[in-house]
Amino acid sequence: MTSLNEEVFPDQASNVPVRKVTIRINGENRSANVEPRLLLAHLIRQGFNLTGTHTGCDTSNCGACTVLFDGQPIKSCTMLAVQADGHDVMTVEGLATASELHPIQEGFKDEHGLQCGFCTPGMMITAKALLDENPDPTEDEIRWALSGNLCRCTGYQNIVKSVMWAARKINNQAAN
Amino acid sequence: MYPTRFNYESPKSIAEAIALLHQGGGEAKVLAGGQSLVPMMRLRFAAPEMIVDINNIPGLDYLTVDADGTIHIGALCRHSDLEKSALLTAHQPTMAAAAPVIADPIVRNRGTLVGSLCHADPQGDWSSVLMALGGSVVAQGPHGRRSIPVADFVKGPFQNMLAFDEIAIEAIVPAPKGIPNGGYLKLERRVGDFATAGVAVAVESSQGLIIRAGIGLTGVGGSTINATAAAQSLVGAPLTAGSIAHAADLAAQAAQPRSDHRGSASYKRQIVKTFVVRILNGVVESIERAA
Repeated sequence: MTSLNEEVFPDQASNVPVRKVTIRINGENRSANVEPRLLLAHLIRQGFNLTGTHTGCDTSNCGACTVLFDGQPIKSCTMLAVQADGHDVMTVEGLATASELHPIQEGFKDEHGLQCGFCTPGMMITAKALLDENPDPTEDEIRWALSGNLCRCTGYQNIVKSVMWAARKINNQAAN
Repeated sequence: MYPTRFNYESPKSIAEAIALLHQGGGEAKVLAGGQSLVPMMRLRFAAPEMIVDINNIPGLDYLTVDADGTIHIGALCRHSDLEKSALLTAHQPTMAAAAPVIADPIVRNRGTLVGSLCHADPQGDWSSVLMALGGSVVAQGPHGRRSIPVADFVKGPFQNMLAFDEIAIEAIVPAPKGIPNGGYLKLERRVGDFATAGVAVAVESSQGLIIRAGIGLTGVGGSTINATAAAQSLVGAPLTAGSIAHAADLAAQAAQPRSDHRGSASYKRQIVKTFVVRILNGVVESIERAA
């Protein structure tokens, strides 16, 4: 187990006690001492240095900070880090293995599913949850599932194609 | 954007949570889904001294239907649980229509119906739906439980009837006396935006007559609007083009919209009227199909 055990934002004096949280993140248990007001997105980025999770709007609109929480997509800017204690979290860093990209990542690469790339981690994590639950989604189902993730570049067309590409690849792998 | 500092408590039972709220003396806030509370804390519209996180209290995530048709929704039942519920599709069309249009799919994985009622946002969908259904909220405090009709529970914008040391532990939709029918329609500029306007209609019919009706309006007033005159106009008669148009006019009159960036007041009234007609036309079709 990697133990981080660092205080995040220890600079200001506070009479609120810090709490130790342990989160299983991308398959690895990691701990940190946090203030209750620290948001999960900030623990992931600043505490655990997993900067693939982006914070976009900071108001739970855009979905760039989406992570899987016990397998379900949630907006990590809208959950307190202390709430994740003892839970399983997967970030975009958890998609690829050491040697290969996840089919969803390949899909985004192959179908040009990104331009600036800021929304991409949230898009891919939401797509992961969709494909875990529904391996062969229709275009409408993909658009529905991704409707909580905003992209300001692509017009969504290629994002949808990327997810369809990934679904085909995953299904072909399963068939062979 | 960080919330102000607060003490975090994570009780394991309702009794423990109530004791913490009591100890907090009005400065403690219950955290369920957090999809409204956490953003409000970040924007510092809310700055509670204590957060009582009820997510670790077991047994609050239920959605059940009694033999007589009464529906119980526990404080930790998420919007997505309601969206995926075959039970609602079978028993409660107004709720089944509303569940998939709450916020966005990711928010629905955390947010709760009971939390939405407590938040009492005039733009909140569930308040209108539960008002239309004649639903109630069960509150538990140091002196026991009480049931509060949703129509009374929502006092105003972001204000509910709970005492500072009470927790809303479940919402109840009463058993229908006839065949339940209805729907929920919402106009939003994009998924997850606040409603330009929303309309919840719940009716119960028996032998072709409407025996109970409720209409709740979202986002067209300082709080959720109970369009009682519109609903009452439907009771005791079959649905006809004339009665539907009349109810729609009364609902539009009950709305108190303001002109803003989402549309003018008259536009929003027109939406309310159109939605009432659309939902009730759907009810007519469904009654005809069943006959």
